[in-house]
Amino acid sequence: MAELKLMKGNEALAEAAIRAGVDAYFGYPITPQSEVIEYLMAERPEKRTGMVVLQAESEVAAINMVYGAASTGKKVMTSSSSPGISLKQEGISYMAGAELPAVIVNVVRGGPGLGTIQPSQADYFQSVKGGGHGDYKLYVLAPASVQEMSDFVADAFDIAFKYRTPVLILSDGLIGQMMEKVVLRDQVERITDEDLIKTHGSWATTGKTNRNRNIVTSLDLQSEKMEARVHRLQKKYKQMELEDLRYEKIDCDDAEYLIVAYGSSARISQKAVEIARKKGIKVGLLRPLTLFPFPKKQLFELADQVKGILSVELNSGQMVEDVQLSVEHKVPVEHFGRTGGIIHTPEEVLDALEQKIITHGHFRNHKTRESSIL
Amino acid sequence: MDILEIIKPENQVFCKTKLMTDATLSYCPGCGHGTAHNLTMEVIDEMGIVEDTIGVAPVGCSVLSYDFMDIDMTQAAHGRAPAVATGIARTWPEKYVFTYQGDGDLAAIGTAETIHACNRGENIVIIFINNGIYGMTGGQMAPTTLEGMRTSTSPYGREIENMGSPLKITELIANLPGVYYVTRQSVHTHKHVRKAKKAIRTAFENTRLKKGLSFVEIVSNCNSGWKMTPNESNIWMEEHMFPYFPLGDIKVDGKLK
Repeated sequence: MAELKLMKGNEALAEAAIRAGVDAYFGYPITPQSEVIEYLMAERPEKRTGMVVLQAESEVAAINMVYGAASTGKKVMTSSSSPGISLKQEGISYMAGAELPAVIVNVVRGGPGLGTIQPSQADYFQSVKGGGHGDYKLYVLAPASVQEMSDFVADAFDIAFKYRTPVLILSDGLIGQMMEKVVLRDQVERITDEDLIKTHGSWATTGKTNRNRNIVTSLDLQSEKMEARVHRLQKKYKQMELEDLRYEKIDCDDAEYLIVAYGSSARISQKAVEIARKKGIKVGLLRPLTLFPFPKKQLFELADQVKGILSVELNSGQMVEDVQLSVEHKVPVEHFGRTGGIIHTPEEVLDALEQKIITHGHFRNHKTRESSIL
Repeated sequence: MDILEIIKPENQVFCKTKLMTDATLSYCPGCGHGTAHNLTMEVIDEMGIVEDTIGVAPVGCSVLSYDFMDIDMTQAAHGRAPAVATGIARTWPEKYVFTYQGDGDLAAIGTAETIHACNRGENIVIIFINNGIYGMTGGQMAPTTLEGMRTSTSPYGREIENMGSPLKITELIANLPGVYYVTRQSVHTHKHVRKAKKAIRTAFENTRLKKGLSFVEIVSNCNSGWKMTPNESNIWMEEHMFPYFPLGDIKVDGKLK
């Protein structure tokens, strides 16, 4: 039976991990996501489902424990926040290269450096452009509610195993810390070792039986082989764009202006859309649920309908670059965002829309578009 | 007598290790890695545990050990093999998990992973090849490079005052309660090969009995990196490496010797 509860985002994610039949969680404490490992340790999932929970000596160790368990076909995850995610990049790159399924959660805080423990979306570039070294991408899910913190865990594992690739849940300190109603999914049984060997026997290192040995590695010293590996990865990313793009359109049918926002910024922008419409301004919201793949085609099409687009993010302007690339200069695209852990209000968002897009949009569109590119 | 008349099964006194592949070893002639590979594979074969064994390869000369060991293997990032092995051993508690690491991998970049996997007493085997140099990258200074030893990054010899002393990581981890078995061996003579094999066997038996972490250091030569002939390097190893890294058991059945 589905269960309705009032929970913190981080706790809902942890509970969802147990219920999704996850085999292991390896983590290291960092604000604002420590509730994930605290909840898991308190719940004793080894007794509920047999799930392993271990506090590693560092984020580096945690992601490599994930790498080890993932290389044997286990359903395994880790979570951290921005500085910790930077430390995990080496392991994430290795997993992308070695084609291993795993889920990584980033409850983003402000940066650079030690930054702040307050919410931020400043890790967008790191999340969608690769993050670590080499030619790879992550499938990136961006939850905007406690409900999605819970739902996206199982969804992320579906994608991770469909493509044998690491998947990132890009949350932020606001979604992780706030409490909301959440409908928890039913408990899914963990896969047995026998079924795992049957399902993943073609690649997982579970011990050599009457088959050829399995090797998990990201190393190809022959350039032709390495290029073939890179091509194989790129093919997966193309397929993700075709089959697994997720987005939500809110009030877009008659919209004259468009806000693009994900995660907590989308929640705030949705309120801004409501206020704008009360004032008679027809604004719509495009909320990407996946940041890679990105709703490029949808934005390209919406650009024929709207007069201008505002990208609202808790950073100095990162996703706005992807919005601009998608729109191909059809209409003005501007960015609005607060940083340092400050969360913009709906009124600030609407004010930015009016100032940057509605007042100046037409003028810039027709007269000075070129200089604005420079 | 024709040679083919002699080649008969009943006359066979030695054969290729079953769990070694036919791939040509990438190690320099004279290097101890090949022997250490052989011994590990012989132990796994003799114990009949290949179906339940997962190896973790490091970064270093033995990064390609999975090309030579005919078992399931995962290649780890530099220094992270003990964490990777932890992830495997924790989710497959009935399996035999071992790492095979060099001195740069285990005692420099992977120091934290080594110490904490040891401290938690992970039920794994760590095989540590210590030749006092970074072989694969071309002979740079390692944490275990001896004082005065010339490498490409200590061209005038290791100077203790600014490069620190060679790290005795094996003695260090032996003091951790989670570590059950610690020994230091070598593979440069028949006698030492037999002892080293016995030590590796003991380590894997400890995994079977879920005793915790077993650590087998093998002090080895690097004739290419040391710029010596294989024979010279073995003599140099006996004269210089063994006094600083003395052979023998350091911890047995959880008790320090």
